[in-house]
Amino acid sequence: MAKHETPLLDQLEGGPWPSFVSDLKHQAETKPEVYDILGQLELSYKDRITHWKHGGIVGVFGYGGGIVGRYSDVPEQFPGVEHFHTIRVAQPASKYYSTENLRKLMDLWEKHGSGVTNMHGSTGDIILLGCRTEALEPFFWDLTHDMGQDLGGSGSNLRTPECCLGQSRCEWACYDTQETCYHLTLHYQDEIHRPAFPYKFKFKFSGCANDCVAAIARSDISVIGTWRDEIRIDQAAVKEYVAGNYPANGGSHSGRDWGPFDIQKEVIDLCPTECMWMEGDELKIDDKECTRCMHCINVMPRALRPGADQGASVLVGAKAPILDGAQMSTLIVPFMKVEKENEYEELIEFIETVWDWWMEVGKNRERVGETMQRIGLNNFIKIMGLEPIPQMIRIPRENPYVFWAEEEVEGGFDRDIDEFRARHAA
Amino acid sequence: MGYNPDKPMEGRITDLGPPHYAQFFPPVIKENKGKWLWHEILQPGVLMHKSETGDEVYTVRVGTARLMTCQFVREICDIADAHCDGHLRFTTRNNIEFMVDAKDKVQPLLDDLASRGNKFPVGGTGAGVTNIVHTQGWIHCHTPATDASGPVKVVMDELFEYFTSMTLPAQVRIALACCLNMCGAVHASDIAILGIHRKPPMIDHKRITGVCELPLAIASCPLGAVKPAKAMVDGEEIKSVSVTVERCMFCGNCYTMCPAMPMADPDGDGIAILVGGKVSNTRSAPKFSKLVIPFLPNNTPLWPETVEAVKKILEAYAKDAKKYERVGEWAERIGWERFFEKCDIPFTEKSIDDYRLAYNTWRTTTQFKFTSHIK
Repeated sequence: MAKHETPLLDQLEGGPWPSFVSDLKHQAETKPEVYDILGQLELSYKDRITHWKHGGIVGVFGYGGGIVGRYSDVPEQFPGVEHFHTIRVAQPASKYYSTENLRKLMDLWEKHGSGVTNMHGSTGDIILLGCRTEALEPFFWDLTHDMGQDLGGSGSNLRTPECCLGQSRCEWACYDTQETCYHLTLHYQDEIHRPAFPYKFKFKFSGCANDCVAAIARSDISVIGTWRDEIRIDQAAVKEYVAGNYPANGGSHSGRDWGPFDIQKEVIDLCPTECMWMEGDELKIDDKECTRCMHCINVMPRALRPGADQGASVLVGAKAPILDGAQMSTLIVPFMKVEKENEYEELIEFIETVWDWWMEVGKNRERVGETMQRIGLNNFIKIMGLEPIPQMIRIPRENPYVFWAEEEVEGGFDRDIDEFRARHAA
Repeated sequence: MGYNPDKPMEGRITDLGPPHYAQFFPPVIKENKGKWLWHEILQPGVLMHKSETGDEVYTVRVGTARLMTCQFVREICDIADAHCDGHLRFTTRNNIEFMVDAKDKVQPLLDDLASRGNKFPVGGTGAGVTNIVHTQGWIHCHTPATDASGPVKVVMDELFEYFTSMTLPAQVRIALACCLNMCGAVHASDIAILGIHRKPPMIDHKRITGVCELPLAIASCPLGAVKPAKAMVDGEEIKSVSVTVERCMFCGNCYTMCPAMPMADPDGDGIAILVGGKVSNTRSAPKFSKLVIPFLPNNTPLWPETVEAVKKILEAYAKDAKKYERVGEWAERIGWERFFEKCDIPFTEKSIDDYRLAYNTWRTTTQFKFTSHIK
């Protein structure tokens, strides 16, 4: 595998942002198949089209996911990427690493694969890009035996769950997103590795409504931290903000002169529920009207903190647009305690109620949000055994087409047309 | 000892899951988990978190290309070994975070990073542009309508000053997905760069019998454009499909299901720009991104039209939006007609939706009140 000319890609080596081209060239010095990655990519830049074939089913024994097959459509020109399968390795929660662990993984990947990775894939896995079919089992052996690590999900299974960094380095996390993510990931190993679902299924765990892992936009079950008591206020710190002694929004706007901090304009007036006001130099909040959007807390992190009675909202059904259009998750359980003490019993029961139903009625390649749409939110609520509450909708229905059940209507549906006509001539 | 292909199941270990996260915590994180009180961004790319124990952790955030080699990861490890007792983390948006437990350790770390050329840009915090989340593109995917790493590189080169500063009205999240499958989930981003196809699938009648379940290919089309049809191959009639071209919306779902229906094309494929999405529930509910530029060509290797479009939108927003206002909130406040005007983007009928969902009355936010309905 020789070096190829790459005049188009070479133009991506300048500029202030890190260059993947320079990085690949550096790696190619010791892993010559990377020259073929660069060569094929250059050809794609010239032809303005991909040069990877469609699909290819490969994997390791006993697993139905974790590896994505990939073959070049120009293997004669670029034999080093004839097979270029992806391996998804389950990432540690919140993507903390020791260098010892990362170095071992890199050694393993250089031994068996191309030496090219994504840190990380969109769903959160460590993505190892490019190896031959015959390298898959030896890699998996070494990954499990030498490192005690495992593959992530792909295909119609539970995808590798992901969480924000949570309580490890954030003051706003309302439950332990990492422990929840870890616990459920281990609890559902079978569902991750052996596809039995109609389509993919994702869990994401965010500690607060800022939603740093975009749970509400891209996970079938979104668990987002919240609280149900009062925002904790340090009035002395409020005074410091008002006096301009603490930077607003944790200093996030320090690059431009936005003028002196104005608590009325920047906090009170931007509250979506208008539930805040000043009384003298004290900030007051009517907490029962608060929807916990996080804006005021974001702006004054030293003065305001989430309440102490913490848990999570559970929402269902987010997905990207394929096929019927994008969906955000819909609020189903406004507040749930999410605690290790009972091994997340309530959340697990919720998840399995969704799965039991969806695995039975979901069509091939139908995300749970689409199944919800197909049967209607009303029916989904019944399946979940929940009472309908207005928190589940944005607005009440705008049409009068109610599916009344016969037992709801006095006298039922059976009527006699002759008796009707006796009183009402046609 | 290693894998024995003659006895593939012998000694096999499965279902280990990921390693426990806590073993990778830096000591200051381990000791203060759940005890953090507040944080402050000291300068672009440098955060300080304060614990109730009095401890502080200083985080230096560094952008990466996401596509990185083993050699590059080892260089990251060298830095973490030299400054961070051998610990680091990655963020959801492909940044690296190096953490130290004292303020005087920050500058040596920054100096080290700066000494390594353009490899480790520090920034991506607060009211700026952080790293672009993106997909594979031509480096690895079989369905892309554009590349990913290349367009990301040229856009970030152009927006670099916004990565290393905090001068915008709010954070701006840019994302790129190289086809409508949106592995990069760009549907809720401030600015989304989306690869699109514009030519209907070709049908490879010679291959379709061997590689495709025809009913699945037919069912894959959301608009019923794929129909059963007969075709002649080498003088013999075979069962195949046809495509009603005027119904095709170029989603590519048929190709996902049927390798004999390729869509990609050098001139047909390109980039659409969507704006105004957000994920967080702050102030307003999460929003989807809206299509404002229907097509820009794949002009490799520098995608000048895409770079210009993103920059134009970003700078119009930077000039006009109020403090804290996200791109979508700004667009809604000023009105979309004003948005097109201020961004100097021609409005076309392509931005008028003719494909709709009926579910928009459901609540898609964590905002709710604890009324008597919640038991």
